[in-house]
Amino acid sequence: MPTSTPNPVGKSVPRVDAFDKVTGSAKFVDDMAFGPGLLYGKLVYSPIAHGLIKKIDVTEALALPGVKAVVTGQDSPTPLGLYLKDRFVFAHDRVRYVGDSVAGVIAISEEIAERAAALVHVEYKELPPVFDPYEGAQPGAPLIHPDLGSYEVVNFIFPKPGTNISEHFKLRKGDVETAWAQCADVVEDTYTLPQIQHAPIETHIAVARWDPSGEVTLWAASQSPFAQRDILAQSLGVPHGNMRVISPYVGGGFGGKAGISIEANVVLMAKAVRGHPVKVRMTREEEFLSTNVRQSLIANYKIGCDAEGNLLAMEATYYFGGGAYNDYGVNIARAAGYSCTGPYDVPNVKGDSYCVYTNRPIGSAMRGFGMPEIHWGIEQIMDQLAAHIGMDPVEFRRRNCVRTGDTILTGMTMPQVDLPTCIDKVTAAIGWDHESKPSAPNKARGKGIAIMWKAPAMPPNPGSSAIVRFNEDATLNVYVGAQEIGQGAFTVAAQMAAEALGVPYEWVRVSANPVDTKYSPYEWQTVASRITWSMGNAVKAAAEDAKGKILDTVAAYWNEDPEDLDIKNGVVVSYKSEREQALKNMVIYGLPNENFEGWQGGPVVGSGKFMPTYVTGLDPETGQGTRAVVHYTVGAQAVDLEVNNDTGAIEILKIASAYDVGKAINPDLVMTQIEGGAVHGMSSAFEELRFDDKGHPINGSFVDYKIATSMDAPRVIHGDIVEMPLEDGPWGARGVGEHVMVQTAPAIANALYNATGVRFKDLPLSAEKVFLALHPEGVELSCELPEPGSSAD
Amino acid sequence: MLHEITLTVNGDQYAIAVRSHQTLLQVLREELGITSPKRGCENGECGACTVLMDGLPVNSCMVLAPEADGTVIETAEGLSVDGNLHPLQQAFIDHNAVQCGFCTPGMLMSSKALLDRSPHPSEDEIRYALVGNLCRCTGYVRIVAAVAAVAERE
Repeated sequence: MPTSTPNPVGKSVPRVDAFDKVTGSAKFVDDMAFGPGLLYGKLVYSPIAHGLIKKIDVTEALALPGVKAVVTGQDSPTPLGLYLKDRFVFAHDRVRYVGDSVAGVIAISEEIAERAAALVHVEYKELPPVFDPYEGAQPGAPLIHPDLGSYEVVNFIFPKPGTNISEHFKLRKGDVETAWAQCADVVEDTYTLPQIQHAPIETHIAVARWDPSGEVTLWAASQSPFAQRDILAQSLGVPHGNMRVISPYVGGGFGGKAGISIEANVVLMAKAVRGHPVKVRMTREEEFLSTNVRQSLIANYKIGCDAEGNLLAMEATYYFGGGAYNDYGVNIARAAGYSCTGPYDVPNVKGDSYCVYTNRPIGSAMRGFGMPEIHWGIEQIMDQLAAHIGMDPVEFRRRNCVRTGDTILTGMTMPQVDLPTCIDKVTAAIGWDHESKPSAPNKARGKGIAIMWKAPAMPPNPGSSAIVRFNEDATLNVYVGAQEIGQGAFTVAAQMAAEALGVPYEWVRVSANPVDTKYSPYEWQTVASRITWSMGNAVKAAAEDAKGKILDTVAAYWNEDPEDLDIKNGVVVSYKSEREQALKNMVIYGLPNENFEGWQGGPVVGSGKFMPTYVTGLDPETGQGTRAVVHYTVGAQAVDLEVNNDTGAIEILKIASAYDVGKAINPDLVMTQIEGGAVHGMSSAFEELRFDDKGHPINGSFVDYKIATSMDAPRVIHGDIVEMPLEDGPWGARGVGEHVMVQTAPAIANALYNATGVRFKDLPLSAEKVFLALHPEGVELSCELPEPGSSAD
Repeated sequence: MLHEITLTVNGDQYAIAVRSHQTLLQVLREELGITSPKRGCENGECGACTVLMDGLPVNSCMVLAPEADGTVIETAEGLSVDGNLHPLQQAFIDHNAVQCGFCTPGMLMSSKALLDRSPHPSEDEIRYALVGNLCRCTGYVRIVAAVAAVAERE
């Protein structure tokens, strides 16, 4: 490894956080020490899916020695939410899913807290539950939020009071009704997928302390320290300046640690025992029972094309199963609405995207944010249409895919992207044009392709900021409020600061762990694949600010024009006089005037910010507007797989991915996202949170809810990076963290169809489903027991 | 009930009193301040708490502390000697086998156990040895590559 890396942008420098993580010195929340005053909390969860709270009796719990306090929603109903304030910190009059938190117990040990939690007695009046989002959206369905009309909501979300619909996004472009007549083929179909879990290996954990002075501190495994500060300060009536959120390394987020989940509960529990930190760490079982999940979806499509394969019209109706609270989920339905066509240029579009309350766990942000859900059906129907008109699915996609300058469904002009090259890369990598033979006579082999798009889904104006501070020896610290959740945010921050300043990469230290709202510069949230782009622009601006100050000082010292100066590999140079000035010492002490008659400069601190200023509102009736989103990232995936006809088992042999990232700031980190995302996407195709008919989860463990292991992951994961620069990205960069798993499931399903001739429309896939589909005549299942005395193992 | 036990962790000897139902994971993290073994499920399902016990990889959440009496325990903290990284640690850095880092200490210990018993494993053997260590970030590609690289060098 070179000890000096000038111009690190575009180079695969090592991660800044790797050393701490391989030596065991990286600190996560549960590794932090909180002193002898630490207390422990346990939450009490609703055992029923839907009901009214009649009475909560905490006397027995409080009587247990070692219990310090019990907090319930009846103490002080506290509304909460990111886009729609539809939650209470603790359920106060009604519970809406099995796992809804109704009380919190604080005790001197985790064991006592757990025992006391079982002694909180809650009397419920059960109400009829709603589990299916389509049924829940129909008139007459039992209402889960009768007070929906009174909730505070942002101005781009449209709840329907008197129903279970928390958001209805409408997209109207052209005229679908007249277009159907011009279509040579129309496919109408329904595709569904269930709720699934993020399953980070670190469960949710939070520690809070409410000081007698009114200062509140929260330590949390969090993608959103600043958003949590804002939500908590608003809900609890605490000045933002008194509300401090500290977040060290996060053991996997995937959206599950975005927005807010248990953190508000823990802060309210800490309020009951002022001065003491209170720690709540969820068991894996609680994680499955109570925390946020990816929404389910029922999607109805009608899509048509002409005989040449040109897409003419599309109707999409999405019913997202938003679960009990949709404070974050409403924006997923909105994102699915304004991107409802997938990455296609379709002249006539009618889209309706509903977020529907159900008595299920809280549907919230998960990697892809609505896009994996809608691409599941879209990408299979594209294959169906292509087959009907006799066109290769790759050619069909090349013909119809969205391109730079297209007027897309919302009326927005598509910023620079290069999807055709992504398609070419994956078809080459998977060997699309030649048939691969199965490895055994009882196996079938198939290939499939799927493409995708996704925009950062967020309010129009989320901001980022950054600070650059020099030290005496010209090393420098870069301060960001973005979180390192595994994606490499700190590493690219260091690269971009070094590049913009003109100093070697090794001179930069990233001062962002832990993220601390008291000291870190503002960052909205580490979500939406926005950090490399948005934080990156802020870091670049901060570095340029610092550079400008340095050049001004040196120019005055040399009596030259700053325009003629630059910093090259850590040295200020003049293009005019060819003089050189080292940064060491001058970045703190400045430079003397002639004959030491006074001094110039001083400690160099640069600051920078970025906030998109150009996103416009959309018409609530048509979804039309000048600019719906900041930009899109696009990509393609192709899958090669084998199916065992005797067992239905699917083996993914290879996944090939290509994404247009604009500019790979660190190409190898992009590749690790591509690889990890391919396996996450593959795993998601086999995952399902399952419930009994009363709404109790029945597979809340890694034994029963399987995520991909080292044995399940494909042996070959190929990645290609395409670089069509984004107009407003730092060095042209756009995000890629979520996109890498968006279309994996439909690519697998298309390959399955190619192998078996059977189309699977409902996730999850499973060997059992595949086996039964391959034997439509029915199978006689029998279990043969070994003969007594045989040497069966 | 309290049990007096002695154990060696990363070369240091300890004589401590533990309760019957305490797990080795709890003792390491909460009594000895050794926090690289992570608490991911406390049910033997995820492997984040993997340590070596007398050279064999165990889920420390599934070992009762009294069972650890007289054993030699190794954790990720003990892998580097005199500031020099263990070849596996260096390979994990070089191959970008680390993302969020929560599974990393357990992955390293399972990998070390494999290479200690089988210095030149096939890819199948590596994948089989790591099947009890779940990772949601990496897709396992780089982890397998890092272990293979160390195996080839030695």
